[in-house]
Amino acid sequence: MTDSSFQLKGSVVTTVLLEIQTLSRQNIIAQLKEKIAQVPHFFNQAPIIVDLSKVEQEVPFNEFESLVDSLNGLGLGVIGWRCAQENKPLWSADVTIPLLPASKTRPIHVPEPIREASSPDVVVKTVVEERLVPQSTKIISKPIRSGQQVYAEGDLIILAQVSAGAEVLADGNIHVYGALRGRALAGVKGNLDARIFCKSMEAELVSIAGNFMLMDALQKMVWKDAAQVLLVDDSLEIIPL
Amino acid sequence: MDWLLVGSSGDMALAKIIVVTSGKGGVGKTTSSAAIGTGIALQGFKTVIIDFDVGLRNLDLIMGCERRVVYDFVNVINKEATLSQALIKDKRTKDLFILPASQTRDKDALTQEGVQGVLEELAKEFDYIICDSPAGIEKGAQMALYFADAAIVVTNPEVSSVRDSDRILGILQSKSRRAEEGKEPIEEYLLLTRYHPERVALGEMLSVSDVEDILAIPLLGVIPESEAVLKASNQGTPVILDTESEAGLAYTDAVDRLMGEERPLRFLDIQKKGFFKRLLGG
Repeated sequence: MTDSSFQLKGSVVTTVLLEIQTLSRQNIIAQLKEKIAQVPHFFNQAPIIVDLSKVEQEVPFNEFESLVDSLNGLGLGVIGWRCAQENKPLWSADVTIPLLPASKTRPIHVPEPIREASSPDVVVKTVVEERLVPQSTKIISKPIRSGQQVYAEGDLIILAQVSAGAEVLADGNIHVYGALRGRALAGVKGNLDARIFCKSMEAELVSIAGNFMLMDALQKMVWKDAAQVLLVDDSLEIIPL
Repeated sequence: MDWLLVGSSGDMALAKIIVVTSGKGGVGKTTSSAAIGTGIALQGFKTVIIDFDVGLRNLDLIMGCERRVVYDFVNVINKEATLSQALIKDKRTKDLFILPASQTRDKDALTQEGVQGVLEELAKEFDYIICDSPAGIEKGAQMALYFADAAIVVTNPEVSSVRDSDRILGILQSKSRRAEEGKEPIEEYLLLTRYHPERVALGEMLSVSDVEDILAIPLLGVIPESEAVLKASNQGTPVILDTESEAGLAYTDAVDRLMGEERPLRFLDIQKKGFFKRLLGG
C-alpha cells in the first residue's frame, strides 16, 4: 500500500449543467453574461457541463467548439458535454472534452436575485440532488447482537454494546455507550460531517460516508479505549476521547 | 399416569417455560437440560423436559429412558397420541417427566400452533417446562425459544461458541413471542460449560470474565470440564445426581441461582495435584 505514489478514488461533485434549448451562441452568451453579473462568485471558475440533448436541430462541430470557447472565456470551466443517446453527432469522437452519460437532474437553486418569469433560452440545472438531513434520532438501550442490523435516518445512539458480527448504520452520527465490536457506518448517504463515538473501540469496521477502516488498522491507532472517528480531507481520523 | 385427568384445578397455571439454547452444537445443551430439569424437580417442582431436536433425539439417552419411548412430541402435535401417552415419567426423580423427540421426522413436523397447543396443555399441570433446543438458528431452534419466558444460553469458553450465543441472544430479543407482542423481554442467563481452568490460565480458553464481558448477561453458572459428564451421559443418568463430581455440584449451584438464591462460584481455580495424585499420575 505504501509503495504506490497515488490512490484512485471515486468522487461525486456538484456541477452546473447548461441545458441548451435552442442553439444560438450569441443569445446564450449574452444571457449568461447577465446572470453572471448578478451573482459573479457563484459562476466564477464553476465547472460546467454542456447538455445538447434538448436541441432538436443538428449542431455543427465548429458551432459547438466556439460555444465551448466562449463559455471558457466567461470564466466558466467546461468539464464535459452530453447529448441524446439516439441523436449523437457524427463529430462526437473528435471533441477533446469528455462525453458524459445522461443522468437524472433537477433544477438548481441559483442564489438571489430570482430570475424573471420570461422563458429564457438557457436553463441551469444541478446534476446531484440536494438532500435534507432528517433530524430524528434513534435511541436503543439493548445490546445489538451478532447478526442484527440497525439503521437510523438521523443520529443513532446505543446505550449498550454492539457485538462482533452486528452492524449499525446511520445517515447521521453514531454514538455507542458501550464496546463497539461490530461494524459501524455513519453518514451512509454521503454526510461527510458524520462521526462515530464509542466508549471502547474494538470495531471490525468503521466507515464515514463510504470511507472505511478495518480492525487491523484500528488496532494500531486506538484500541479498547474511548474514541471518535471523523473524516478529515478524505481520510479517517481515529481520535482518543 | 392419571394425574393429567384429575390434576386440573381450573385455573390456568403459570408454568415457567425455559429454553436451553446455544446456537452452536456440542456445547452441552442436552446435558444441561437434563441436569437443570432434574435439579428443579428435586426441589419439588413438577417439571417436564421437551426434546425439540426432532430427527436427532438425544435427551432420552441422557435421561436413560430410551427404551420406554413409545409416542413422541410429533405424535402429540399431529394428535396421533395424547400427552399422557407420550410423557415418560422419570424413574429416579419424582415430579420429573420427559417428552421425547421423534427420530423418524424432521424439524418441519413442528408447527407453531402444534407446539403452542402442547405447551398450553403442559402448562396446566407443570410448574416448569424445559425446552431442549436443537443446535443452529433455524426452524427447530426458533420453535424451541419462541414461547420461552427465560433462556439459558449454554456457551463454551471459545470464540465461535461465544459468537453463536450472541447470535441466539439477538434472536431471543427479536423473534420470540415476547418480543413480537412487545411484552417483558425473555430473561437471559449464561451457563458456561466445559470450563477448563488450566487452559484458561494458559490463554487457550476465554476466561469467565471475558465471556461475561462479550455477552453482557447474568451468569447462571460455570460447569467445569469433567469426566463425570461423559460417564453420566453414557450411563443415562443426569450428571446433577452425581453429587461426588464437581460438574454435578456446579449444576446444583446453577439451579439454586435460577431459583433466586445466591451461591458463590466454585471450581474456577486450578487444582493443585496432591502428592499421591502426582505419584499415581492422576
